[in-house]
Amino acid sequence: MSRVAWLALLAVLLAGFPWIAGEFYVNLTSQIFIAAIFAASLNLLVGYGGLPSLGHAAFLGMAAYLSALLYLKLGLGHWITAPIVLAATTLMACVFGWIALRATGLSFLMLTLALSQVLWGTAYRWVAVTEGDNGLRGLTRPAPFGISLDDPAAFYYFTLAITVLAIWIMARFVGSSFGAALRGTRDQPRRMSALGHNVWLIRWITFVYAGFWGAVSGLLFVYYNKYIHPASLSLTSSAEGLLGVIAGGSGTLAGPIVGAALVMILKNYVSAYIERWNMLLGFVFVMIVIFMPDGLVPGIRRLWARWKAK
Amino acid sequence: MATEALALAGINALYADSHVLHDVSFSFNAGRVLALLGRNGAGKTTCMSTIIGFLPPRDGEIRLFGEPIGRLMPETISRKGVGFVPQGRRIFPTLTVRENLTVARQSRGGAAKPWTLDRVCELFPGLKGRLQQPAGSLSGGEQQMLAIGRALMGNPRLLLMDEPSEGLAPRIVAEMRRTIARLKQEGQSIVLVEQNIKLALDLADDVVMLNTGRVAFAGSVDEVRGNEALITQHLGVF
Repeated sequence: MSRVAWLALLAVLLAGFPWIAGEFYVNLTSQIFIAAIFAASLNLLVGYGGLPSLGHAAFLGMAAYLSALLYLKLGLGHWITAPIVLAATTLMACVFGWIALRATGLSFLMLTLALSQVLWGTAYRWVAVTEGDNGLRGLTRPAPFGISLDDPAAFYYFTLAITVLAIWIMARFVGSSFGAALRGTRDQPRRMSALGHNVWLIRWITFVYAGFWGAVSGLLFVYYNKYIHPASLSLTSSAEGLLGVIAGGSGTLAGPIVGAALVMILKNYVSAYIERWNMLLGFVFVMIVIFMPDGLVPGIRRLWARWKAK
Repeated sequence: MATEALALAGINALYADSHVLHDVSFSFNAGRVLALLGRNGAGKTTCMSTIIGFLPPRDGEIRLFGEPIGRLMPETISRKGVGFVPQGRRIFPTLTVRENLTVARQSRGGAAKPWTLDRVCELFPGLKGRLQQPAGSLSGGEQQMLAIGRALMGNPRLLLMDEPSEGLAPRIVAEMRRTIARLKQEGQSIVLVEQNIKLALDLADDVVMLNTGRVAFAGSVDEVRGNEALITQHLGVF
């Protein structure tokens, strides 16, 4: 079957899914879409830029909190808050990137972690504004063109459309000449500077761009949950994203989507049957690293190629 | 009057406390090929790293077509017109051949015949059919051609080549020789670091020999050719 045929089949499956699946599965898939945007945005840094971050939840959480606060405290509508939230979070990514990219490697990782922990601590302790551990409730979903997104199927199609658009734009980004330069900085930063490229600037732009898409996932996250808690800014939230990227296959377009789906299914579905689902997630991750060290997508592609060659 | 392409004056360069280049001075004119020769560890690659900006000199001055570049960042030096073909090729293995070339593209006003993807493919026909292939899947010789093509895509005014024949089969070395000769014929200024003395002397107009980080000889290639004593003393070959 050709690539186009596979894509057509996938499109039909995704479009028809709410007709055949129950509400639980429709909601779970919506959450997978949101996690996929989050993981794909993190993959821009980890997979294409060689910049492993443990603080990417800062953008998801910040966007979610800002959206909630603008709605609850100022009474602003979704169509006003959304652009403000995206602009403000992207601006925050500009500052965070400027700070974190003072370093690379492990130091970069720790700086991203430190910055996100500052936000997590603020959300947790600044009770007067964030209501601390209680979180912010009483939120609503937008109603584009008068269509209420409270219906699971409507929200599913809304997130599906945004996810497809986001992945397509990110694919264009990594496939562009800028994307090639980004991969060049990942592989040989010194060589890239000898070719006239400002390596720091390339990384910073990517950091900001990844922050923007992290914010998009944050908006969808708060629309879905209609509630926001400091946990969305936590290390666990960042680590789950990173786990999805690595498990699915960093530096590939499909990898973070598959990885995010795996994490969300284990978190939301398996946890209903197994109390210690975190242990299972860890076990699955270790198995992937042992048997498919590049991740599920590259690993399956390799197996498929081997099988076809026989 | 001939234009000076590159001039180093009193360059001292150190790796931490290790003093590698001692008061190195030489220059050569535009459109010529300078062979930078020396034994292993003589400081040739360090000299290249200093010119390209990877290792800023402790003191001394480097001028590119009269403009000081000794304290600039590597990307700025590159944008001023220094192209670099590193030792060991160092192509981007996960990028396609096309991406390797286009990522290095820089336009330079005044270039009579600018280097483009098509022109690089015309110089290296072997690359043409492999543009969509990951560069890591090319043979050593093809990778070397790609490394040269990548440097040319920046339309350099000065091309630094660090051991381009290293590890290549004789047939590929011959092809490399023809390529460098053609670039020279087109007026490209080249600094050529080579262990293959015969190749270097065949192509060069000027020769600088380094010995333990100091300039041991600087002169024309004619002064070196046939001077076995000089070559044996500083290069230990022949």
